[in-house]
Amino acid sequence: MAKMKKHSMSTDMTAMCDVSFLLLTFFVLTSTAKQPEVHPVDLPASTKETKIPTEDIITLTVGDDSVFVGIAGKEDRKDILKRVGSQYNIEFTESELNAFSELEEFGTDIRELKALLAKSPGDRMKTENHKGIPYKDSLNNQLSAWVKSARESSWQRKEQFIKVAIKGDAEEEFGTIKEVIDILQKQRQNRFYLVTGLRNDDF
Amino acid sequence: MAQLNTSSSSKGDKKVRSKKMNPSVDLTAMVDLAFLLITFFMLTTSLNKPQSMELTMPDKMKDEIPVPPQEAKESKTMTILIGKDRQLKYYMGLLSNPWGGVGPTDTTYGKEGIRPVILQKIAQLKAQGMEGKDGVVVLIKATEDATYKDMIDILDEMSITGVQIYAIQDMTDAEKELMQ
Repeated sequence: MAKMKKHSMSTDMTAMCDVSFLLLTFFVLTSTAKQPEVHPVDLPASTKETKIPTEDIITLTVGDDSVFVGIAGKEDRKDILKRVGSQYNIEFTESELNAFSELEEFGTDIRELKALLAKSPGDRMKTENHKGIPYKDSLNNQLSAWVKSARESSWQRKEQFIKVAIKGDAEEEFGTIKEVIDILQKQRQNRFYLVTGLRNDDF
Repeated sequence: MAQLNTSSSSKGDKKVRSKKMNPSVDLTAMVDLAFLLITFFMLTTSLNKPQSMELTMPDKMKDEIPVPPQEAKESKTMTILIGKDRQLKYYMGLLSNPWGGVGPTDTTYGKEGIRPVILQKIAQLKAQGMEGKDGVVVLIKATEDATYKDMIDILDEMSITGVQIYAIQDMTDAEKELMQ
């Protein structure tokens, strides 16, 4: 038999490993962490693929007959809280404003907000602290106050119209959604984004 | 001392030194893992972002200068009624006097139900030279106990069929009766 040449079956993986880890690092860094939600909703599906803006937007999450508000941008949150606070004669301290600026989403009566902000950061997002923002009582329509302040804040500070997104639960009654839309329309906020998921079944 | 040590070792270790050392480590498993993670991150980032649907409602405020209400021809109007438990009805023209005799008809969601009806209406009007913004006007009315998903399904249907003029309106009492 002829002399068998020893073949090394292993390829040099170093470069491949380098590239893959570089890509991995890139994806990890560019992807944004999923926002924590105080009330997760099941989104209805649609074929529309308009991306939702990430800046200057106030998101109203509607589920189980309650409404939760999410405001984009830390500075915006602080400013809007100051405005809503002054409307209800509640003064927030600097540390409370800072704590609020970390809150992605909330659903608390403004009068209970101080107690919520005094809690530890880990406890603030707990569901039992968020019962929904009062919106059914026309004398104490805090949802309306939040939206109004958000619009004023955005216009006065940046000369921009704030965008409003409605994130409704698929099984939510249309009556509730309509009530929220009516509150917005009373302020002449007639355009909004309806947040939906991607439809993948054959419709 | 050190000198002594080195000189002695260089003589004695000659055989050991000549042993071929293979410095490369097997990276296959590591690359596998890295690509698995890349795939995971790629898929999750693109799927995570929610889509949205833009909706503009007509202004409800009383203006100083009132805008005359848009006159829509009976022949161009189609009303879709959404009720609870995914009930769906449509009619053309006026409820009291349906255009073309198409009174409230039961239908279903999706490509087997409402879509051909809308497409047929569009084609019918197109034959008369009315299309796009002059074409069909769809009025969408939902009861309080209809679900949000049903409304989104119908709004989605509008974008699928390319209806340009559509509006969400309140139900009249006669229509509420119908959707019971």
